[in-house]
Amino acid sequence: MHSKLNEVHFDVLKEIGNIGAGNATTALSKMLNKTILMAVPEVKIVELKNVSAILGGEETIVAGVLVRISGDIEGIMMYILEYKTILRILNTLLHTNTTCIDKLSEMDISTLKEIGSILTGSYLTALSKLTNLNMLQSVPMLAFDMAGAVLSVPAIQFGKTGDSVLFIKTSFNHGDDEVGGYYILIPEINSFEKIMKSLGVM
Amino acid sequence: MINVDNIEIVKVGMGDLNIVTNPGMITTLGLGSCVAIVLYDNTTKIAGMAHVMLPNSKMIANNSNRAKFMDTAIIDLISIMEGAGVKKRNLVAKIAGGAQMFDFDSNDDIFSVGRKNIQASRDVLHELNIPIIAEDTGKNYGRTVEFYTQDGSFKIKSIGKEEKII
Repeated sequence: MHSKLNEVHFDVLKEIGNIGAGNATTALSKMLNKTILMAVPEVKIVELKNVSAILGGEETIVAGVLVRISGDIEGIMMYILEYKTILRILNTLLHTNTTCIDKLSEMDISTLKEIGSILTGSYLTALSKLTNLNMLQSVPMLAFDMAGAVLSVPAIQFGKTGDSVLFIKTSFNHGDDEVGGYYILIPEINSFEKIMKSLGVM
Repeated sequence: MINVDNIEIVKVGMGDLNIVTNPGMITTLGLGSCVAIVLYDNTTKIAGMAHVMLPNSKMIANNSNRAKFMDTAIIDLISIMEGAGVKKRNLVAKIAGGAQMFDFDSNDDIFSVGRKNIQASRDVLHELNIPIIAEDTGKNYGRTVEFYTQDGSFKIKSIGKEEKII
């Protein structure tokens, strides 16, 4: 299905990424009580097996926040936070000064789920408004582990239908601090076509 | 003690399989809900590993990559090993993986795949009369696994946990 993607599709997806990240920036600024700036997101279609490499290898520690999408569109969306981003978010929000972490507390887990949920929600709200399609997201779930292991869940789900995913790199910063993460959107095949049709690009 | 300096290391990716000869080591990194099947012949000291993603190729339209599926991956791994001089009757298996990475309703199809993969590996190996002599499966964390042909040891590494050898 993704072989049908062309420049127009990319522009549309990038624009949705922009609007979504814009919404997320506002929400994050409020939550962190800091001015957050956002870089233009990078939108790519990548093969799932190459995602680990982009993140630094299968054994790189990441947190994945996963939501299930239902409504007019079915699929899953994941927001991946890199290790240094996880530390920065937790230290900022929980007023701690941790430099190394290999196990999350209950508080850490709910904080990261909340952030992830804001980020996926922002993207889906933008997508929903532009397409006029109804999308609901489930409660967020979190896995904090090796990138390969976290990504195995979307990889398996998607392994049934194809091998590529929509991959959006976002970076937010305040001052010199850069906080980055990646969206992975995996719609069911029919849902992907629905999105493109409703945007008038297919 | 086994010698691990300058040995050949074969890396198996997700949905892939390969074999290694003595004194080499075969490994897969960051195993999650997938299951790693190791087949080992103690007489030739040849080992094979498959990093399998899904329980069964028959229910899925896009099944051209046979190494992704338990039923086809194990059969292919055995024939490659036979091609390298292994007798099927000498094979034993060690398995790892099949974690549930997200704390979700375990009846949900997406999240129960780890458990289904483990079950499928037991079923397929049972049908082929290959005994499973060790396993480290299930739970909710990722694993990096290394199999050493010299002594048949299978090392399991996870984040924030002690290394184990099974």
